[in-house]
Amino acid sequence: MTSVTAPHPKVPPLEGDLRPDARPSARQRLTRAAFGQNPIGMLFGAPYALFIALLFAYPLFLAVWISFHSYFFAAPGVSVPRPFVGWANYTAVLTDPAVRQAFVNIGIFLVINVPLTVILSLLLATALNAAIPFRTFFRTSYYVPYVTASVATIGVFLFILSPTGILNHVLGPLAPTPSWLVNQNWAMPSVAIYVTWKSLGFFILLYLAALLNVPEELYEAAKVDGASWWHRLRAVTIPGVRQVTTLVSLLAIITGANLFTEPYLLTAGGGPDGKSASPVLLIYQSGIEQNHPDFASALGVLLLILVLLISAGVWLLQRRQA
Amino acid sequence: MTLTAGASEVGATTVPTASDDVPTIEIRAPRSWWRLILLLIGAAVFLFPFYYMIVGSLQKTANTNLSGVVPQPGNITLHNYGQINAALDLGKAIINSGIFTGGVLLGTLVLGILAGYALAQLRFRGRGVLFAFMLLLLMVPFQLLIIPLYVIIVRNYGLGNNYLGMIAPFAINSTAVFIFRQYFLQVPKELFDAARIDGANELRVLTRIALPLVRPAVLTAMLLTFIGPWNEYLWPFLITKQQNLLPLAVALGNYINAGSGIAANPYGAIMAGSFVLALPAVVLFVIFQRHFVTVNIGSGVKG
Repeated sequence: MTSVTAPHPKVPPLEGDLRPDARPSARQRLTRAAFGQNPIGMLFGAPYALFIALLFAYPLFLAVWISFHSYFFAAPGVSVPRPFVGWANYTAVLTDPAVRQAFVNIGIFLVINVPLTVILSLLLATALNAAIPFRTFFRTSYYVPYVTASVATIGVFLFILSPTGILNHVLGPLAPTPSWLVNQNWAMPSVAIYVTWKSLGFFILLYLAALLNVPEELYEAAKVDGASWWHRLRAVTIPGVRQVTTLVSLLAIITGANLFTEPYLLTAGGGPDGKSASPVLLIYQSGIEQNHPDFASALGVLLLILVLLISAGVWLLQRRQA
Repeated sequence: MTLTAGASEVGATTVPTASDDVPTIEIRAPRSWWRLILLLIGAAVFLFPFYYMIVGSLQKTANTNLSGVVPQPGNITLHNYGQINAALDLGKAIINSGIFTGGVLLGTLVLGILAGYALAQLRFRGRGVLFAFMLLLLMVPFQLLIIPLYVIIVRNYGLGNNYLGMIAPFAINSTAVFIFRQYFLQVPKELFDAARIDGANELRVLTRIALPLVRPAVLTAMLLTFIGPWNEYLWPFLITKQQNLLPLAVALGNYINAGSGIAANPYGAIMAGSFVLALPAVVLFVIFQRHFVTVNIGSGVKG
């Protein structure tokens, strides 16, 4: 637990003459000025730097480039003109009703997912944060969906939520028609609830760690003052874990921007009628299936800017809170 | 409802006993029942789908009634596992998942540790930039870059239908690099200086001194890295069209997507495949649950 571990006892620094870098020669001084104190670090970091350059920075650049050009996949070996088209792809993205629908869907996703995640994970983390029997069992069982492949858990949810599935059998006449995943109004909420279930364990652990850092004295003081459970939750617990709540909201937004497997498999390609389509699903459908990678890249770049802006905003917020 | 009941209980028990010499545990003990009920409900909600997965995978004909929750003696079969194996070639799919996951683990273990160590303990030109890019990688979802990655890997390098193309975008897990860095930061620098005076080169310092000290971090980072490629659907789905190269998650996903019409009990076959896909990650996690838990906390809170 990196954030809580006590610092190692300070070993006194070695005296001048014993230090390995004492009295560097002129040549050593020159290499140090050029490459830093441990030039070998460049060698150690090189593979990762190369990985970042080839598989992150270059794709990022390429995405921007494609988004400003007319680009489609031609048969291998065929050279096709890719003229510069300015903002045309961006205009196409911003005026596309399917894109607008996808953003509405993500809005629905966030409205359901964020409060549900924050409340349930804080509640379960608070319950876990005590000497209770079977603590390890509980913690583990909450984490299990998070470590399991989406495809596997989607398989079960398809079974549970199918028109003739067990949930509708239990609900009887209360079951929605058409059933959950093929219902215009229920498809996206179903995805949001599934994702909440899947990732809640991760957030419970985040809250649990934050709760450990809330000083016990604050609770004691509140108790002495006769504060009720609810008051202590509001006055001590919630402010104590505010940073995590911000982080949870950020991660939920990023998850929402990233949804692919869920709408693709759970609601059969963002159905019904695009009512559960996500931006990444649109990137796949427009870019790969319909061969409009330029449109898809513009959408990707816009989402990327959005995610970075939100991340930066959250980071600033967290700094102010700290 | 549990909430309000717990609240009144707390108010009643704590006020008269609140004094410095009473240990906290004793105060808390009487009201732990609501915690327990809450936690039990939670556990049921989280575990039921897994239980139902197993039960469903053993049903001869899909029974979606309430009675289907309990295995019915007359309706039990292993046939679904045979069906999914016939449709997907489970053995081959598991091997593909293993190669994909193994490649990512190897890359992260070797190159990620080198990078994490360099970022934590070595002063070199470009360190700040590398660190900034690592943080950026942690923030930017890979999914948003699938189009350019597809262009580069499939079109430019012709690595579609290829394990290397599958592994490449995940080759070094940045979260793992971050974890390595955090742990290496905690090792006192003086330890290394002593070894360097003795003439050990930097690689030796890393493998003989630093690495044994951060062994728990390595285990956690490996577990964390494992679930990425093992569970990944989008990327291998995108670049692999060749049936015999598909990792299990993708093969099963395609089976679900195709409507799985051929099997007598399609849900049974899907449940059987889901169980096989879920099992390794769940087992690994249950065995090493302590390590798994702590890592995410450290990285998550700081990330």
